[in-house]
Amino acid sequence: MMNEKNLIRAMPWLVTIGLFLLWEIICVVTGVEQFILPAPTVVFAAMVKFAPQIAHHSLQTLMTTTAGFALGVVGGGLLGIFIGASRLVYVGLYPVLVGFNSIPKVALVPVLVIWFGIGTVPAIITAFVISFFPIVVNVATGLATIEPELRDVLRSLGASKTEILTKIGLPRAMPYLFASLKIAITLAFVGSVIAETVASNEGIGYLMLSASSSYNVPLVFAGLVVVAVMGVVMYAVAVWFERRMTGWAFRGSDLMS
Amino acid sequence: MQGPAFVKIDGVSLTYRLAEEETLAVEDLNIDIQEGEFVAVVGPSGCGKSTLMKLVTGLLDTSAGKITIGGKPVKGPVQGVGMAFQNSTLLPWRSTLDNVMLPLEIVEPHKRRLRKEKKAYIEQAMALLKTVGLADFADKFPWQLSGGMQQRANVCRSIIHNPRLLMLDEPFGALDAFTREELWGVMQALWMEKKFTAILITHDLREATYLADRVFVMSKRPGRIILSKEIDIPRPRTLDTTFEPHFGEIVHELREHIHSVRES
Repeated sequence: MMNEKNLIRAMPWLVTIGLFLLWEIICVVTGVEQFILPAPTVVFAAMVKFAPQIAHHSLQTLMTTTAGFALGVVGGGLLGIFIGASRLVYVGLYPVLVGFNSIPKVALVPVLVIWFGIGTVPAIITAFVISFFPIVVNVATGLATIEPELRDVLRSLGASKTEILTKIGLPRAMPYLFASLKIAITLAFVGSVIAETVASNEGIGYLMLSASSSYNVPLVFAGLVVVAVMGVVMYAVAVWFERRMTGWAFRGSDLMS
Repeated sequence: MQGPAFVKIDGVSLTYRLAEEETLAVEDLNIDIQEGEFVAVVGPSGCGKSTLMKLVTGLLDTSAGKITIGGKPVKGPVQGVGMAFQNSTLLPWRSTLDNVMLPLEIVEPHKRRLRKEKKAYIEQAMALLKTVGLADFADKFPWQLSGGMQQRANVCRSIIHNPRLLMLDEPFGALDAFTREELWGVMQALWMEKKFTAILITHDLREATYLADRVFVMSKRPGRIILSKEIDIPRPRTLDTTFEPHFGEIVHELREHIHSVRES
């Protein structure tokens, strides 16, 4: 019998394999055409067959995504500190940010193409603009919700605004920041793949678009699976960082989120 | 024999303005506190006890009257005051020791010396933790401590920088009765050793009587001082003291004033 700890560890794999099995069975039973829904085995075969292309394009996507995400962390983090530290900036800038975030980022890509041409830059920028918003909001929230009593304690000790920010604000905002990184990294993939689909000659998005125009549907699905896997891996990296940096916020619980 | 007051609250009022409505929170407060004195302020809830505390520490400005500490008028947050609240507000990412040492990173001259004389300061903090029985928990994080232990650490943090004035806003209010009574003893011992001036805000009359040299009773809003009572019980007071008839009489007298306030 498997003990519970091992079962918890095995669960994600079991569920994933189970879903692929279910998908395979549906394809076999219904006999659906390959160019509509290819079975997982066909998708994996395509993955092996086109391995060099997939590797090349997914590396490109990984690069643009990480670059955009990194910009998002720096830009979003700084803007979040700025907004969270000042009530005035908060009320002034927040509606603008919400408005900007409501714009579908795919609508932004053509503008970026006019400015920067086709290729890597629009993908990086799209990944950046789509991932920075949750970071801003979370960091600002972490800073803006310092307990008033704690602020009073620090102020009556004679702490400056900067000291309150560095001693309390920033450490306190850390769990909020890392929670947002998990959302932001997956959004960054959305951004870069969208931009690559619309305006690029490289990247998984471009690969899927050109595959679908030649009815190579198994390759399209292979691209989707690769994006998903990269997303999960980057998410896991974010979780690992979160654990290392803000273990105190989890109060020693064992469960990974 | 009384010298000039260390904390002088002179005809102080505070008016809140919320939208159109003006609320008088406290009215014409007059309190003189001698250096090294332990006073308590009691009153019905919502009487402006915590407002008084914010006024004294300069976190709120007075609408009328003035407050001086050590002869200097209070304008803006008073520096180097120690504060402890009901909510212990310890930082969860710092160990107990690092929490206690937080004021040393902010208040001069400790801030300047901390890096060079780190060892001496850690010893000082450890000694303080030892007196409140937390020496073995210095490396633990606040969430690993019980509520009573957190509050001990909180009290340590509020006096580590040897403030001349300590403000206590119901610091033991959220604790169970046994722990609370135990911490009265701890507080009294610290005060007798360090001789800081302390202002305790509380709604617990026995707590006020146990700890304070003088107890002020406040009326309901707008808060005014309606009684100033000397507690002439010799120190150190113990839990046994609280069962003596004289102790009971004082608590009873305070209680009656609170009653009359609530009914009026």
